[in-house]
Amino acid sequence: MSMQTPATQSMFQPNQMMRRVMGGAFVGVGVISILISLGMLVYLVLDVAMRGLPWIDWQFLTSFDSRFAERAGILAAIAGTAFMMTMTIAVSLPIGVMAAIYLQEYAKESWLKSFIQINISNLAGVPSIIYGLLGLTIFVRYMMMGRSVLAGALTMALLVLPVIVVATQEALRAVPSSIRDASLALGATRSQTIWHHVLPQAFPGILTGNILAASRAIGETAPLVTIGALTYVPFTPESPLDRFTVLPIQIFNWTSKPQAEFHDLAAAGIVVLLLVLLTMNSIAILLRQRVGGTSRRRIG
Amino acid sequence: MTMTGQSIRDMLGRRMIELRPSVEVRAGSALPENDVVEDPVIRISDLNLWYGKKQALGGVSLSIPRKKVTALIGPSGCGKSTLLRCMNRMNDLIPNVRVQGSVEIEGANIYASTIDPVEVRRVVGMVFQKPNPFPKSIYENVAFGARINGYKGDMDELVEQALRQAALWDEVKDDLKKSGLALSGGQQQRLCIARAIAVNPDVVLMDEPCSALDPIATQRIEDLMRELAERYTIVIVTHNLQQAARVSDRTAFMLAADDLVGRLVEYGATDQLFTNPKDERTEAYITGRFG
Repeated sequence: MSMQTPATQSMFQPNQMMRRVMGGAFVGVGVISILISLGMLVYLVLDVAMRGLPWIDWQFLTSFDSRFAERAGILAAIAGTAFMMTMTIAVSLPIGVMAAIYLQEYAKESWLKSFIQINISNLAGVPSIIYGLLGLTIFVRYMMMGRSVLAGALTMALLVLPVIVVATQEALRAVPSSIRDASLALGATRSQTIWHHVLPQAFPGILTGNILAASRAIGETAPLVTIGALTYVPFTPESPLDRFTVLPIQIFNWTSKPQAEFHDLAAAGIVVLLLVLLTMNSIAILLRQRVGGTSRRRIG
Repeated sequence: MTMTGQSIRDMLGRRMIELRPSVEVRAGSALPENDVVEDPVIRISDLNLWYGKKQALGGVSLSIPRKKVTALIGPSGCGKSTLLRCMNRMNDLIPNVRVQGSVEIEGANIYASTIDPVEVRRVVGMVFQKPNPFPKSIYENVAFGARINGYKGDMDELVEQALRQAALWDEVKDDLKKSGLALSGGQQQRLCIARAIAVNPDVVLMDEPCSALDPIATQRIEDLMRELAERYTIVIVTHNLQQAARVSDRTAFMLAADDLVGRLVEYGATDQLFTNPKDERTEAYITGRFG
C-alpha cells in the first residue's frame, strides 16, 4: 500500500449480485443440513414411538423376556441396567474425581503430567469394544468374575472413567483461583481448601459430568456383548455375581428375531431407553443452568 | 510438618533472641536500607526471586517496623506485589518460582526448610486486590480461618470482634447469614479484612486493597488501616501515591531497571521520602515524571 497512489472509485468492482447469491447459497446449505439431520431424527423417533408405544404397558415393564411376544417384558433389562449402573458409578465416581483432583490441584506441570493428560483425552475416544475385550480378559477370565453384573460394571467403569476425569477437571478449573488464594492465605492447607471451597463450588459441574458419562454408558452395547452379558435372563440379578442383561442388549436381541412382533417390542424397548436417557440429560442440563444462574447473580 | 500457631511463635521468638547479635552486624552493612528500623517484625535480606529464568527481584533488603503501616510503591512490573507475596510465601503457589535470600519473621527465616508455609500464612494474613469473599455466609467467611486453625474459644464472639475491628459489624450484625457476595464492593473488602484478622495474625499484607473500590469505600479502608495499625503490622502495596502518603508510616520505592529486575531504590519514613527524597529516581516518580 503506497501512499502516493490512493485508491480511486474505478478500482472497486463490488459485484453485489454474485456476493448476494453466494451469501444466500451459504445460508441455504446450512438450513438443508439442519433439515437432513433433524428430519432423520424425527423420523426415527416417530417410527419407534408409533411401533413401540402400543406395546408399553404394565405387563411389558414388569415381565421377563419370553418366547411369545405378548408375554415378553423388559424387567430383567431394566433391573440389570439399574444394578450395573449403580455399581459403575459407585466405582468410577470416587476414582475419577480423586484422579481429577490430583491432576488439577496437586500435580506439578511436567512432561509426565501432559502425557497423562493427553492420554486421558485419548482414552475417552477409544472404541468401546476395546474396553469390552479388556473387561473380558481381566475381569471375566483372569479375575474369574464370570459374566456377572460385577464384571460388566467394572468394564463400564473403565469406559466412563476418562470422561469423568475430564469433566471433573473442567469443573475444578472453573472455580476461580482467587477463592483458593483466599483460603490458603488464611493458613488453610491445600486439602482443606479443596474440601471446604473448591469441591462445593465445583460440585454441580462434577455431577453434570458424571450424569452425562453415565448416560453414555447406559446406551453402550458392544462392551457388554463382548464380555457376554446374556440376552435371555428370566430373573432380576440379586448379587453382583449374577448373570444379567441390559436394555440395549435386550433391544438388540429382539431386533434379531424373525417375527415382526419382536421388532415392535424392540421399538418399545428403545422408547424406554430413550426416556431414561432424556431424563438423565435433562437433570444434567437443569443442574448446569442452576449453577450458571447463581454465578450470574453473583457477578450482578 | 505440623505445628500449632503457638509453637511456631515460640520458636520464632526463641530464634529472634538467638539471632539478635548477627542482625545488628548486618544492619550496619552496605545493603540499600536507608535507615535502621528498631525491633522489626519482618527483616528481608538480599532477596532474589526468579519466575522460571526471568529474575523479578534483585537484592532486596528491608525491615518492616512493628505495628506501623509500611507502603510499597513503584510503577507496574517493579516487583512490589511479588515482594509482598514473599512475606507469606504465597509465591510458592506459582510454578517455577525460585527464591534466594531470607525473609525473617520475628527472627526466623520463613524460607528455611523446617518451616511450613501453611503456618507462615496463619501468622501473616493477606487481603487481595479484588475482594474475594467465599460464596458463603458472612459468619462463615469470618469463622472459616479460625475453625481450620483449631480455634477453641467462643466463635460468635470472635466473629463479632473481627467484624467490629474491620468496621463492618454495625452494617451486617442483623444478617450474618446473608451471603458475603451480597455485600457491596467496599463491604466485601472489609469482610476480607475481618476474615484475615480473625485468625489473629501478627502481620496483615494488603495487595492494592482499594484498587477495585470507589473513593468513599477507599477512604473507609484507609481509616481502617490506621486503626488496625494499633494492633497489627500492616504492609500495603499501592499504585496510589496519595494513598501511600496518607496511610503509611514508612514507604519503600521500588523500580525495575532496564534488565526488568525489581530492586529497592529508597526506603524511609514516609514524610521524608515524599518531601525530601534522597534518590533522584524517587523524586522523579513521586513528582509524576514517570510511572
